[in-house]
Parts: sequence; structure tokens; C-alpha cells
Amino acid sequence: MIEVSNLDVRFGHARSAVHAVRGVSFTVPRGATFGLVGESGSGKSTVLRAIAGLNPDWTGDVRVGGEAQGRSRSRAFYKRVQMVFQDPYGSLHPRHTVDRALGEPLRIHGIGDIERRVIAALEAVGLGRAFRFRYPHQLSGGQRQRVAIARAMILEPEVLLLDEPTSALDVSVQAEVLNLLAGLRSEHALTFVLVSHDLAVVSHMCDRLAVMNHGRVVEELTVDALRTGQATQPYTRQLIAASEGYDRETARGLVDYV
Amino acid sequence: MVDATAPLLDVKGLNVSFRTPSGVVQAVRDVSFSLGRERLGIVGESGSGKSTTGRAILRLIPPPGVVSAERIALSGLELQSLSEREMRTIRGDRISMVMQDPKYSLNPVMRVGEQIAEAYRLHSRAGRREARDKALEMLSAVRIRDPQRVYRAFPHELSGGMGQRVMIAMMLIPSPDLLIADEPTSALDVTVRMQILAIIDDMVRERGMGLVFISHDLNLVASFCDRVLIMYAGRVVEECRASELAAARHPYTRGLFSCLPRIEAGKKTLPTLERDPAWLA
Ligand SMILES: Nc1ncnc2c1ncn2[C@@H]1O[C@H](COP(=O)(O)OP(=O)(O)OP(=O)(O)O)[C@@H](O)[C@H]1O
Ligand SMILES: Nc1ncnc2c1ncn2[C@@H]1O[C@H](COP(=O)(O)OP(=O)(O)OP(=O)(O)O)[C@@H](O)[C@H]1O
Ligand SMILES: [Mg+2]
Ligand SMILES: [Mg+2]
Repeated sequence: MIEVSNLDVRFGHARSAVHAVRGVSFTVPRGATFGLVGESGSGKSTVLRAIAGLNPDWTGDVRVGGEAQGRSRSRAFYKRVQMVFQDPYGSLHPRHTVDRALGEPLRIHGIGDIERRVIAALEAVGLGRAFRFRYPHQLSGGQRQRVAIARAMILEPEVLLLDEPTSALDVSVQAEVLNLLAGLRSEHALTFVLVSHDLAVVSHMCDRLAVMNHGRVVEELTVDALRTGQATQPYTRQLIAASEGYDRETARGLVDYV
Repeated sequence: MVDATAPLLDVKGLNVSFRTPSGVVQAVRDVSFSLGRERLGIVGESGSGKSTTGRAILRLIPPPGVVSAERIALSGLELQSLSEREMRTIRGDRISMVMQDPKYSLNPVMRVGEQIAEAYRLHSRAGRREARDKALEMLSAVRIRDPQRVYRAFPHELSGGMGQRVMIAMMLIPSPDLLIADEPTSALDVTVRMQILAIIDDMVRERGMGLVFISHDLNLVASFCDRVLIMYAGRVVEECRASELAAARHPYTRGLFSCLPRIEAGKKTLPTLERDPAWLA
């Protein structure tokens, strides 16, 4: 469903140039979930944005549903591919109510029955209709993130690009959202790419994952390999060790991999 | 003004409510706690009032929000009796807060390094050059790999975790007595997270800073904090030592642990919480 090969993304010029993504390749079959984990700043969100067509400065080959993608995307593309952004504050318009945020994509794509769909989407993410006419600043962090998830799902896309979808959620809501995503995936054969810092969330949701550091994929492995301690790269092993909670000694022993 | 025997922070009977189109939201209900030079975690459901509690302490609840409390005292100094100007000084020098939405609290049209340098100059009256060096030093301290580039970057050019680290760098500059950190590491990978926590840990141990650490990462709170408050629907429903969080008694807290996915577990449907109306009583 998704094929990315030799993806390179650069920003800026001269002194402030960044080579954010370097030769990244991976394939995600229809109905599968692929995880992206790795260092903060290593290029995970940039990879998702390139697939979603939100970033024109890339080279390489990106295919979605077998079609090669160019720099810009059609409206039909966004009916099939939706993204949940890492920063729900930035992705919700501060002066639009929840109702408007959820209704707008339906209007743009000429879909009817708006009120019923908006309420159903809110209920699916555990918010309910009482939240319909609130503004983003009247919501907690986790409530905003749920609105962002509802908005991405309201068009019933085939591909969901999920950037830290549950990192702003408490574990009970996280469990509800992960169950919801898994349910949608099996009902509609949805394909997900999931960026997360939480290896347990990745293990729960994904089949395979890529570990990124400094713009590169350092290792691609199956979740079974992750579980059974078969990661081979030192960076991956360090990541697994650090996921076991805070420890002063471990913190002192961490090293940078380039 | 400073009472050496008073706790660093003493909150008693805090209530916060908001009027919305669908009625009044009682976001915080009768919350009381005190804090010494230690790491206090606050965990709890989304919307349970954690951020609102932190903001109310700093008087950052805009109208129509209504705040009332019997006491909000910093080392014995009642913050509610201070003027807005005095409160600004407290916010600049003695209490820092890392907000849950880092990019929202940065100025979008100013280079991030200049924002850090300016914060330092306001605090220390240092010259431009010194402030610039200090800002670069802070960026490396929070594990930014290329501080020179990031100094010149605008907030939208940073990754989620880089924005979070910039916020932390800014808040640590004044060496506050109290740091309120609202989900400060949720966008960081686990290795960088651990390094940032070690910096905060040092500030608590070496400079006697007090820390309020708001997070829903139960394992992190259990391993990093000294004590934990558990909030549910605006109330503190339980308080325990962090090391005993996994053995907490309240059914809500116990329910939270059962919702956690685990690396070694399979892909079964995750248990979710059955919320009991009796928890509100
Ligand atoms: N619009 C932009 N302009 C310039 N640089 C950018 C831009 N967007 C991202 N970058 C840079 O690209 C690199 C990768 O950023 P990206 O957001 O993809 O990281 P990430 O892996 O998602 O990190 P995190 O886990 O912290 O969210 C970073 O060094 C960042 O500063
Ligand atoms: N300005 C506001 N107007 C109306 N309601 C508000 C406002 N700010 C917060 N609330 C409500 O107050 C409650 C508590 O919000 P708060 O942000 O403190 O939650 P939280 O515990 O930090 O949640 P999260 O883990 O999702 O960040 C929520 O139900 C929220 O919708
Ligand atoms: Mg990111
Ligand atoms: Mg919050």
C-alpha cells in the first residue's frame, strides 16, 4: 500500500541547511501497521509529512496504492490518506469550534449527513456531543488530541499516518484509542504508519518497525524480533534499555550514536 | 517573608471552574497538597484537572475561569495576595512552568536561540554576547545535537521533541525554587528523555529545587518521582509514594495499570476502564 524508497529530505541553505532524512526506504502492505521509532529530531515526522505531500523538498520515490506520488497531491488523495499530527494545538484552528473542525473536511469533499457523522466521530473517540461547540483552548491536551484523531478518521481514509497519536493521552484513553484504531484496521483493512516513542505501543500495534537515528534507518525489524531481544544495532539496544523507566546510572551511561 | 519552616509549596482547598456553552465545568475540586524540596508526580485521566492545577498556582487561568483557594503559598508567602506585577516577578524568578504545548508557548516569529538569550538577559542583566553563549550552552545541555543551527531556527523548524527541549532550557535558566513541568518529556525518545530527567534530578538534589511533574506515564512517574498524587474528575483521589504506585489501592489507579500495553504481551484488545460513578463521591 505504501512504498518509500531512497527518500531524502533537506531544509534550508548554507549554514542552516539540514539533511533531515537520508535514503529511507520501507514498504507497508495493505492492512498492516508499520512503526517508526528513534531519536528526537531523527526525521520521523518529516518522513510522514513527505508521504502526506506536506513537504515539497524531497527526492526519491513515494508510492501510495501503487501510484507514484509527485510534489503536490489531489483532493482525492486526501480522502484516502489522512494524517494525525504530533502537535494537536498547532493542527487545530484556534478560532474554530470542534464542530467546525470536524465538519469542514466533510463539506470540502461534498459528503452529507454532517451532523450525524460529527457526533458519531466524537463518540468514537470517547468525547461525546457535549464537546461539539467548544474551542481548542477549552479542551485539555488529551481532549484536543482526540479531536485531531476524530477529524482524521471522519473521511474514512484507507491510510492513516499517525504521529505520536497517544503521547498526549492518559493510559485509559490511550487504550480506548488504540482499540478503536485496531478495530477500524480490521474492519476496513486500513494501513497505518505509526510514529511513537513508546515501544510498548509500537509492539502492541505494529508488525514491523524501523529504528531511526540522525535521518537514517539504522535497523528494520519485526515486532517479534524486538520482543525476543533480537535487535542487532547498539542504538536499538540502548533504546530498549532506556524504555524501562528512569534510572540515574543508566542515564549517565547513555552514549550518542552518529 | 520567607518562612523557613513552611513547605516550599502549600495548596489548600483549590477550586477552578469554567463556564462553557454546555454548562459549568468544575475542572479542579478542593485540591490540597504540599511540596518540599522533592519530586511530586501528578497522574490522572485526560481532563482530570492536572494542567489546570498547575496553571492556577501560577495565576495563569484566564477569565471566565474562576479560581478560589484557602491557600496557595510559596515558602509561606500567600501568592493570592500579590499584585499582578509581583506575580510576574515570582513567575520570572522563583517558579517556572513548562507548558504541555511547547510550540504554543514560544514566539513563532523569533529565533529560538534569541528567545532563550532574552530570557537569560531579563533574569541576569547579562550582556548580549554572554546571553548568546549561555543560550548555546543550554541548548547543548538539553542534548540538542547542533546548537548553532537550532539557535537560529524558528519554532516551526523544530521537531516536537526539540521544541520541548527548548522550553525546558528556558525554564531552567532562572534556577527556579519550584518547577512545574506539564508533560515535559512526552515528545522525547526514551534515551533523550532519560538524559533530560537526569538534569532535572540534579537540580532537585543539588540545588534543592521542588518539582511538580505532571505526566500520564505511570512507569516513568513511579521510577522518577518521590511521591504521587492521583487525580480523577478534578479531585485528588489518592496519594502515595512513587515506588508504591503499582500497589496503589484506589480502583481507578489500579485500573490505569491494567490499561498499559506491554512489550512482551500480545496484540489482544487492551482492557479499558469501567468508570464507577462512586469514584466521584
Ligand atoms: N520546516 C523545517 N525547516 C527546517 N528544518 C526542519 C523543518 N522541519 C523539520 N526540520 C528539521 O528536520 C529534522 C527532523 O525533524 P523531524 O520533525 O522529522 O524529527 P522527529 O524524528 O519527528 O523528532 P521528534 O521525535 O522530536 O518529533 C530536525 O533537525 C528539524 O529541526
Ligand atoms: N478554558 C476552558 N474552558 C472550559 N473548560 C476548560 C478550559 N480549560 C480547561 N477546561 C476543562 O477543564 C478540565 C480539566 O482540564 P485540564 O487541562 O486541567 O486537564 P488535564 O488533566 O491536564 O488533561 P490532559 O491529560 O488531557 O492534559 C477538562 O475537562 C477541560 O475540558
Ligand atoms: Mg516528530
Ligand atoms: Mg493537561
